[in-house]
Amino acid sequence: MQKYFDIEFWRRVTYVDVTLWLMRAAVIIVVVWGTIGTLIDGRYSNEQWFDFVMFGLTMGGIYALVALGYTMVYGILRLINFAHGDIFMTGAFTAYFVASPLGKSGFLEENLLISMIIICLTAMVTCVIIALTVERICYRPFRSVRSFAPLICAIGASFFIQHSFRGMYGSSVRAYPDVEFFDKLLSIGSFDFPMIQPVVILAALGSMTGLYLIVMKTRMGTAMRATSEDRDTASLMGIDVNRVIIFTFVLGGSMAGIGGVLYAFVFKQVYFFMGFFPGIKAFSAAVLGGIGNIPGAMLGGFFLGTVESVGPALFLDGLGIVAPYQLRDLIAFTMLVMVLIFRPQGLLGERVSQRA
Amino acid sequence: MAHIEVDDIHVYYGNIRALQGISFKVEKGAIVTLIGANGAGKTTTLNALSGILGLREGSIHIGDTNISDFMPHQLIPKGIVHVPEGRRIFARLSVDDNLAMGAFTRNDKAELSKDREYVLEMFPRLRERLDQTAGTLSGGEQQMLAIGRALMSKPDVLLLDEPSMGLAPVLVEQVFNSIIDINKTGVTCMLVEQNAYMALQIASYGYVLEGGRIALEGVAQELAKNEEIKKAYLG
Repeated sequence: MQKYFDIEFWRRVTYVDVTLWLMRAAVIIVVVWGTIGTLIDGRYSNEQWFDFVMFGLTMGGIYALVALGYTMVYGILRLINFAHGDIFMTGAFTAYFVASPLGKSGFLEENLLISMIIICLTAMVTCVIIALTVERICYRPFRSVRSFAPLICAIGASFFIQHSFRGMYGSSVRAYPDVEFFDKLLSIGSFDFPMIQPVVILAALGSMTGLYLIVMKTRMGTAMRATSEDRDTASLMGIDVNRVIIFTFVLGGSMAGIGGVLYAFVFKQVYFFMGFFPGIKAFSAAVLGGIGNIPGAMLGGFFLGTVESVGPALFLDGLGIVAPYQLRDLIAFTMLVMVLIFRPQGLLGERVSQRA
Repeated sequence: MAHIEVDDIHVYYGNIRALQGISFKVEKGAIVTLIGANGAGKTTTLNALSGILGLREGSIHIGDTNISDFMPHQLIPKGIVHVPEGRRIFARLSVDDNLAMGAFTRNDKAELSKDREYVLEMFPRLRERLDQTAGTLSGGEQQMLAIGRALMSKPDVLLLDEPSMGLAPVLVEQVFNSIIDINKTGVTCMLVEQNAYMALQIASYGYVLEGGRIALEGVAQELAKNEEIKKAYLG
């Protein structure tokens, strides 16, 4: 606060600063106005709000799982793995070929836990294999190249994976099997929600706890954190950086595999393009939480999922926008832009300039 | 037999020639120092030695092994550890994790805890701060951590790049005393320093680097008396 009373501060204010203040003010006004409007209107019941939050947390858990892959790879390689969304798709898609017969034979209903483990493992293994292939072919040859080559290569890999799956399996939408247990409505008081939602949230939290323990407590996890901080020095300690990078892609791929299966059971369908939007949303979540920061990606995922789900009704409905629910992507990407402008280091991140 | 033998190495940054034919030897159990002005190529020499930079010409031998084409992480199993310039501790890891990273390649648990004890005894300040984030340590403590971390790999050769950088004179003395102690346990030390006066006091042999070439070499005590060196580096 002190600095605003200093005349020197006001002398140094530029047009850019003023524009940014105006933008901040505009965002705050829109959000506050919309929120007040919606709440005065009282169009949504408590049950509906609860639905929004539960669905938001469900999506948030999936975003968080995928965001971890982006953030860990960025932490080690300083590279955005744009193919990660499609790696997520390959897992869900390949697991379909396991889930579908399991569903038809009735095994899925009878032994749900075992089936889910088999399906998840299939997806994880697929994702890991594809992720390692992408790393080996697209990223490793360019590692010492200081240009846009790795980025272009990542985008190329993303298209390549999408269209190979399209070529192999066609562009039709395939339905994941229905599971009675997941569709069952659970009630707490007057609130009710399908079973799949707490299942996804708990599965996501469980996987993330596992990942966090691996990264914080194991020797390879510590080596990963050391490499992300200073690759040269890590190699001077005898850490084989290539092995650390492979380890990172394995962890990221596994999380994407679990996320893919959960996503497929929420929406009950898979197709070759399904990785694109969750991928970009998860990338936004990673940036939101502070790219390179693992707890940040988890927080960012849940935050993005919830705001995206609650936001349209809360902020936009009160402004008189018709059918605001169609604008949830707008909310998600507006948040990404806002973060990039106002807090480039993300919610939990450190300023990039300190690390240069 | 010489422990480290560097033979006529040439190193380039892109097209810029940084080292133009440097040769030197480090005898087993000695402290050898490489002194010179800023930009003379001291750090480049160490980075070439530890494999961070590739050689264009020349060779480096450790004992009988040619390590010219080794990657940095392959040197630890050969008993060589490099304490890089500016300490380069892992600032966001705890002190304990930093030490654990120094011992990354080791699997001998019993020996390891003995070496950890040895390091913590040499630098008691580190023991007090084991759970602290390394970035919160003072400059002197960070240098101790960097050396301690290196010792965790139980090296035969310690490559030290400017351990006195940015430290108060009292701390410089402390760091140099610990280098002498480490050397007494049989570790060969290669010391790159700007603080030529201190370096020549603890070293047995010295090389003076100038413009990417060895300009002068000799027994440390004689170098310290050399008029030219006095004028150029000792002030």
